[in-house]
Amino acid sequence: MSEFLTVLADAKRLRDPSGIADAVPYLRAMGIETRLHDDELVCTMRFSEPLIGNFAIRALHGGTLGALLESAAATTLLWRALLDAPSMDGLVIPRVVSMTVDYLRTGRAVDTHARAIVTSAGRRVARVRAEAWQDDRDRPVAAAQASFLVG
Amino acid sequence: MSDSRDDERHDDEQAARLRRIDDAFSKAIPYNAWLGLQTVAASAKGEGRIVLRLPFRAELVGNPVTGVLHGGPITAAMDAACGASVFLALREPLRIATLDLRIDYLRGATPGVDLFCRAECVRITKQVAFARGTTDQGDPDDPIAIVAATFMVFRDQGSVLAEGMKRS
Repeated sequence: MSEFLTVLADAKRLRDPSGIADAVPYLRAMGIETRLHDDELVCTMRFSEPLIGNFAIRALHGGTLGALLESAAATTLLWRALLDAPSMDGLVIPRVVSMTVDYLRTGRAVDTHARAIVTSAGRRVARVRAEAWQDDRDRPVAAAQASFLVG
Repeated sequence: MSDSRDDERHDDEQAARLRRIDDAFSKAIPYNAWLGLQTVAASAKGEGRIVLRLPFRAELVGNPVTGVLHGGPITAAMDAACGASVFLALREPLRIATLDLRIDYLRGATPGVDLFCRAECVRITKQVAFARGTTDQGDPDDPIAIVAATFMVFRDQGSVLAEGMKRS
């Protein structure tokens, strides 16, 4: 079993997805964490200077918000597949097909959180809606709709 | 031989211009620098076309089993390329911000190979600009992703990118 699948198996056994982010190079490099809050997976992108897209107004790069939303969508699907899978054999890592990101507010230079809701899940395709927020969950900074191949 | 000297001078000017755009890009936009984006080609001011190279590196991998890139850096680089195409298309340097961006991932990127992000601004209105783009790994006819993005144009605000270009 590959190192990554061992991490996933441990996450499943411990019912704790926090090790997943560390095992994905891009998430680790971006400072994105995967934690459970009341049974819901939340991705948190810790603020760091390289995430800035506009140094004059100190706003996050829009691309970092897109990346965080895609990460939330993908890890939510992966976590769900892990919990549902009777064993690690045949576990399919979801592959993103398309994503639309709406930028709703300026992302400030602080930590940003994201969660995703699976709106439909078939044998081959899953549809996901994701939202990113900073201090106030009711005031999202960006939202996305994405489709994934899951079979 | 004056023709070839003119050509050389033209090439030097072009290279200097690309370096200037590149510097401004990295200084004004830290995340572009973090991604390692390099300006490969850019149209003249008033025409909105740009090609950026996103060098492959292990930190950008999203699937540790296959080594395939995460979509995040591709989306971010295409956001940057589309934004740059709008910026180049503007007659005056104004602040812009992405409104929305759709990306279709046609296939996974081949591990270990650099990406080329090509974008074109197709229309600018008073308040909104529209851009299209593709990502490929060297062959523009074999894209791995296609993108459509719209941008707000702030007619009353200057651009930090333009400031960066002046300084460099």
